[in-house]
Amino acid sequence: MTRLWQRRFFPLFVLPTLLCYTLLFLVPLALGIYLSFCRFSTVDNATFVGFENYLKVFSSGDGFLRSMLFGLGFSILSVICVNLVALALALLLTRRVRGAGIFRSVFFMPNLIGGIVLGYVWNLLVNGILSNFGVDITYRASYGFLGLLTLNIWQLGGYMAVIYIAALLAVPKETLEASRIDGATPWQTLLFIKLPLILPSILICGFLTFTNAFKMFDQNLALTGGAPEGETMLPALNIFNTFYGRVGAQGIGQAKAVIFLIIVALFSSLQFIRRKEEEPLGKKNALANTLPAKK
Amino acid sequence: MKKILTLLVLLSLLALPLLFTGCNKEKGDTIRFLNFKPEIAEKYKELAEIYYKETGVRVIVDTAASGTYEQTLASKMSTGERPVIFQVNGPRGYENWKDYCGDLSRTKLYGVLSDKSLALRDKEQVVGIPYVVEGYGIIYNKALTDKYFALGDRQKNVNSMVEIKDFDTLRVVVEDMTRKKSELGIDGVFATTSLKSGEDWRWTTHLFNIPLSYEFEDRELDLGSDEALQSILFSHEGEMRNIFDLYINNSVSDKGMLGTKTVSDSMAEFALEKCVMVQNGNWAWAQIANVDGNRVKAENVAFLPIYTGAKGEEGRGLAIGTENYICINKKADEKEQKLAADFLYWLFSSQTGKKYVTDYFGFISPFSTFGEDELPADPLAKEVIRYTKMEDIRSVPWNFTLFPSQAFKDALGSSLLRYAQGAKDWSAVVSDTVKKWESEMRQ
Repeated sequence: MTRLWQRRFFPLFVLPTLLCYTLLFLVPLALGIYLSFCRFSTVDNATFVGFENYLKVFSSGDGFLRSMLFGLGFSILSVICVNLVALALALLLTRRVRGAGIFRSVFFMPNLIGGIVLGYVWNLLVNGILSNFGVDITYRASYGFLGLLTLNIWQLGGYMAVIYIAALLAVPKETLEASRIDGATPWQTLLFIKLPLILPSILICGFLTFTNAFKMFDQNLALTGGAPEGETMLPALNIFNTFYGRVGAQGIGQAKAVIFLIIVALFSSLQFIRRKEEEPLGKKNALANTLPAKK
Repeated sequence: MKKILTLLVLLSLLALPLLFTGCNKEKGDTIRFLNFKPEIAEKYKELAEIYYKETGVRVIVDTAASGTYEQTLASKMSTGERPVIFQVNGPRGYENWKDYCGDLSRTKLYGVLSDKSLALRDKEQVVGIPYVVEGYGIIYNKALTDKYFALGDRQKNVNSMVEIKDFDTLRVVVEDMTRKKSELGIDGVFATTSLKSGEDWRWTTHLFNIPLSYEFEDRELDLGSDEALQSILFSHEGEMRNIFDLYINNSVSDKGMLGTKTVSDSMAEFALEKCVMVQNGNWAWAQIANVDGNRVKAENVAFLPIYTGAKGEEGRGLAIGTENYICINKKADEKEQKLAADFLYWLFSSQTGKKYVTDYFGFISPFSTFGEDELPADPLAKEVIRYTKMEDIRSVPWNFTLFPSQAFKDALGSSLLRYAQGAKDWSAVVSDTVKKWESEMRQ
């Protein structure tokens, strides 16, 4: 009875979500892609120009490629640093420390603050230190790079740590006990028991950090603004500057945004494939535990 | 059950459009105005309220945050909050908005524009009317310069600021002031050269305009044609360097620290008498006066033209012009456009409107509706007027409205910052600027 009811009214229940999804995601996406083939000043005043914008993306010499490479370098380093810090935090906080709960919230907190605020706060902090040497964050690209990296670790570390904590707590006590009885050192337990068991979480965190770092915008805008001379500019900021910094270049900015979207989407789907490969095993277990047998 | 559900869904579907239109229920005699100047946003709103009481037409004043006008305009244009009155900053800004700028040649406001040549034109059409004339130069604090001129052992025999008529004199005085910093109780002669990204317009727009204007005059370019502006020579680069070096070498801040300084920082330094001079325009008075603990008295602020060492600069005054052209959106209804034109005329011709414009906005307006006695009382605006009235002194025009793009200015700003930090040669600044101009013009 219930099944039948569900089947018949299924479209009705999906409708609100579908409507929202269409209005707020699919329509803007389609419009955005369409606009990348147009010359336009506002979204309802566009002329179709074909691939012109795409041809100009790399020829306009405003460092789009450079910002992509910078973004790539920044993302790779972020993945390594953020996850090392997050894992270390998680390992600390899963031990019986007094006030572990408080610490968890404290480390998670930076994630709740808006990026632009974080950017300005860190700008003040970094400059406060550098002013002792008579310089500021715009003085060398490496200062800006390190600043961005520190900010990213500080912001994402707590978030990733929460994921790792959940994963670490799910490691079966029996396994850990067995390893202890077999005489494994804590280091061995970590390397050969815990890490392999939380591998799925490591992958998720890795992909999350990577896309987060690659897509970063507000923090970049507020912390370095791309200084010096666009050397610390991430792709999103480059797109923003193209869009608003030039008369009649909105289409080029839009084309860049589409290219950017494709790259991020490709990367994210990589993770999807990877997870699919792993899923059968996990799924079987999960299904066995939660769902009653099919009728 | 099924019926009830279907009904519910239908109802919610019906309610959806209501949700989306709910926000523009104030149709009718309502027009929107996107204001460029955040510093007078509140006064505009007051005035709109008065206008509503007088005529029943509601003018909704939206204001773009500083430096975000183009962005705000672009996003508002395609929403229900589409402004009927907006502004462009000259020929370059017009390029972007030409599908929206209606012909204003038959409006009453254009009728009262004193100098018709000031209007922004596209062929036969008048597409923008300037509504405020502004000037910029080096603002100085007379209290401090008087203190300096009262000192005994000065370097050069200059006895007042009025005697400074060229760059060499300016440099000697400034450098001597720097040596006597402690006696004058200042941290530097010039306020910080703010070069944070987004805060560098005083150099990339205003200062760069000076050598470029001299170049345009040398080459006798027809500034109306795009052809002529395809490239620049930057032939007066040496003069740009003169003044820029003078700024950064006699500044409140170290050269390494300029990348984080904002315009507000500089204006605060001036207001707190930490420095003697600051380059800015007459709009800055409000900012100076509003700094907490401001020590600069209105009667003590005055303007000096920006001297760079150019030939014949003794005969040149402040840089005076406009980058504020008011436009009416031709994509709005006929009726709305009419209402907009009426409001604008009222703003610049009625007693109330004019009082707000001169007393609260501090505008020097280029309209014949303003009498001789209806000029702003703010000290810097008075200085601008004084300079325009000087015989045998010619103003430097505002040619930065012809600069290719914001991206060009941003590039120049970061170039200047690198130069100030000592990480870039001046020759590289020059060649990069010339290159960037060309590539941006080609876009």
